[in-house]
Amino acid sequence: MTDKRPDLKDVNERMRGLLARTTHGRDDFEDLVIVPVFAVIVALIFGALIMLATAVDLPTIGRSFVALAVGSVGSLSAWSETLTASIPLVLAGLGLGLGFRAGLFNIGAEGQLLMGGLAAVVAGFSLDFLPMVLHLPLTLLVGALVGALYAAIAGFLKATTGAHEVISTIMLNLISFRLLDWFLRQPFIQREGRSDPISKDVPPSAELPRILDFIDVNLRLHAGIFVMLAAVALVYWMLFRSKIGFAFRASGENPDAANYAGMKAAFIIVLAMGTAGALAGLAGATQVQGVLGRASPGFSAGIGFDAIAVALLGRSHPVGILFAGILFGALEAGGRQMQVDAGVSIDLIGIIQALIIIFIAAPLLVRSIFPWGFRKRRKGGEA
Amino acid sequence: MDVELRGLTKRFGSVVANDHVDLQIRAGEVLGLLGENGAGKSTMMNMLSGLYSPDEGEILIDGKPVKFEGPGDGIEAGIGMVHQHFMLVPVMTVAENVVLGVEPTGRFGHLDIKKARAQVEEINQKYRLHVPPDELIEELPVGIQQRVEILKVLFRSADVLILDEPTAVLTPQEVHEFFGIVDTLKKAGKAIVFITHKLHEVLEISDRISVLRQGRITGEGDPKTLTEADLAEMMVGRPVSFTTAKEPAKPGRTMLEMSDVTMLDEADEMLLDHVSLTVRSGEVVGVAGVQGNGQTELVEAITGLERVASGKIVFDGDDITTASVRERHKMGMAHIPEDRHKSGMVDSFTVAENMVLNSYYSPYYSKGWAIDWQKVNETAARYCVEFDVRTPSVFLPGGALSGGNQQKMVVARELERETKLVVASQPTRGVDVGSIEYIHERLIASRDEGDGVLIVSSELDEIMGLSDRIYVMYDGKIVAEFDNTGGKADRNAVGLAMAGAHEGEAA
Repeated sequence: MTDKRPDLKDVNERMRGLLARTTHGRDDFEDLVIVPVFAVIVALIFGALIMLATAVDLPTIGRSFVALAVGSVGSLSAWSETLTASIPLVLAGLGLGLGFRAGLFNIGAEGQLLMGGLAAVVAGFSLDFLPMVLHLPLTLLVGALVGALYAAIAGFLKATTGAHEVISTIMLNLISFRLLDWFLRQPFIQREGRSDPISKDVPPSAELPRILDFIDVNLRLHAGIFVMLAAVALVYWMLFRSKIGFAFRASGENPDAANYAGMKAAFIIVLAMGTAGALAGLAGATQVQGVLGRASPGFSAGIGFDAIAVALLGRSHPVGILFAGILFGALEAGGRQMQVDAGVSIDLIGIIQALIIIFIAAPLLVRSIFPWGFRKRRKGGEA
Repeated sequence: MDVELRGLTKRFGSVVANDHVDLQIRAGEVLGLLGENGAGKSTMMNMLSGLYSPDEGEILIDGKPVKFEGPGDGIEAGIGMVHQHFMLVPVMTVAENVVLGVEPTGRFGHLDIKKARAQVEEINQKYRLHVPPDELIEELPVGIQQRVEILKVLFRSADVLILDEPTAVLTPQEVHEFFGIVDTLKKAGKAIVFITHKLHEVLEISDRISVLRQGRITGEGDPKTLTEADLAEMMVGRPVSFTTAKEPAKPGRTMLEMSDVTMLDEADEMLLDHVSLTVRSGEVVGVAGVQGNGQTELVEAITGLERVASGKIVFDGDDITTASVRERHKMGMAHIPEDRHKSGMVDSFTVAENMVLNSYYSPYYSKGWAIDWQKVNETAARYCVEFDVRTPSVFLPGGALSGGNQQKMVVARELERETKLVVASQPTRGVDVGSIEYIHERLIASRDEGDGVLIVSSELDEIMGLSDRIYVMYDGKIVAEFDNTGGKADRNAVGLAMAGAHEGEAA
């Protein structure tokens, strides 16, 4: 078999066979689509049970789910709110997902987002002499850059001293909260005539324009959605098409093999953390430039933590993260409506989000609750 | 206790893993079970332990049919498995590990460790296992850990012991001691099933041999009348050559020269102790030695994975002492790593991605900052055909391939480039006979194309069969050098040097 050279026609035939794309198996489909869908359904059911347990009557529960649906996807305005809320979630989630792919468990999106957002505000009001075509992108870029630098601290510590990124990013989050408070009281940043910590406004030339205001001026969806979509495409390209993404993924999956292949671990750690921070910083910048217009204490509102859930739910895949971010945006927007219409606390949304993550993390649990839709697992597994 | 398998059949989907297997396991006898990876050995053993239930056929214990429902039923019936990968808790003592799960308890249901220790000691004495019951597992060498595994199944009063590739992790001395234990167990009336793919071992220790291929028993026989060649043919289904045919070496210029290289660990212990060696183009140089005598570090020093403390490494005239892994790779150094799972491949990456694991950055595969996947995939498909890597598609994860095919994938990646020096560490570990033959041929082919080839292996047969020159490592030092032109090196002398005797002829 090895002693005779196969003839050319045979070789071509075999190569064609090897290059035929494998179709995705049913297992992949179950893992990527059915499990998340069921997880969301189970989480909503549990949410209802929790409302029951806290003495909410059935009609109110019914009304709150209607409000959740109407408030998230029931109208143009609902869609606008859903997408607006999803922009920073997707951006920060992309950064975290990219880090996960490279084997870095970055908890620091919240801090990176705060620092990036603050930097964008400062760049916004201090560069207001620039025309919008320069001012707007430059402000976004400053936000991304500062987020990247802030995250790179944790990367640098890991690369040089081995400090674990989970610990160092949590600490950097805490530092960022206080740092933000301090900055907001500096005369250069604090708004004139205010004694509370609040920044000057982002001038119109650095604002992300609302893109649906020709229909209704109250629709808040802003141009940040294009930034978000571009980021999804860019991260996809980076992870699965580029050379550096190949090194990221190899390091994440098997650091020893990456080392063997001549990839430089320290360089990859710092670069992956930096890229993740840039995306989180960008999330902060779009939030201040598109929605808030200024920085105030805690303006990140936990987006950086929700983004961890988004990245996990999206399986660290850019397209998955896009859908997961929109789902979380919908829960956010619908939750507000729920509070208004049914008087149910928006905290319930937090519980539902947490339940979704638990069920995603435990696919076997979902499989056992829902026997339909799943092909039976072969007993015992492989030969 | 006798165990009989009658027409045992197990299917997974359309794959028949075991096809009407008949087998007899008798008390006081060692049954050697041979088979390549994927021949169905594990499936059969998993049916004996109760993990799988057979689709057809039956298992009889002392003539009576039994039915196993779950993984605990095998050991319950007296059939114990010793797995290739140990299942021990490293931070617990030997005695604690042995009783784990079936702990003797006192009156209040608490663990009676004294009783446990006494019971362990009793078995220890009876079968002369010489295991220290109070040592922590992590403190013990691999050979002793294996005996703890044996003790575990004896403690659960197994009468049939199934040993899955037990010698794969042992040094030659440990193998010798291990065979002594198998003998003791046999004399005590235990039935032993010895699973392996090492032909000479199965001939040495077995009373009977069965060969499994593609789920079927393809041969049975008496080790006294069978030869290794017979067994290999039964396993592979065609005649296999053991001696790789090769012309005499035509050594050319010096490809690799290490002079006085030392490497230290964190505690400043010598890992490499003033090592000097040369590899010339057109020759195969073997490094023999019992595992853990500095071979791993030697390869790390040559390939740039670890920095050396002192000394000089010259590769085809260039000083590479401080060059990075990638620089050395670009200069034409190929490296087949000793453990493909640990560092040679990424299991979740596709075959195509694994094929370019260390050359993805090269201009050939690039379009600017992006990888030209079209080219990668085509190259990978060509390599698969060229090196007989059996996979239905290059888009399958590398981890889904069998061991032999994974290794061929790694070998293809390393040898199908323009290379000058091939550093092959344990190139055929955990690989089936057919693939071993093929990998050896390719290494000799590299030599004949003018590469320098350095083979590091703990399999002395491999070193003796392939090398034109042999170095022996012991305790971080090169202790002997042998000329092996035409296989003239004295196997015994090499073996002695491996054991640390400081007598080698000068080249």
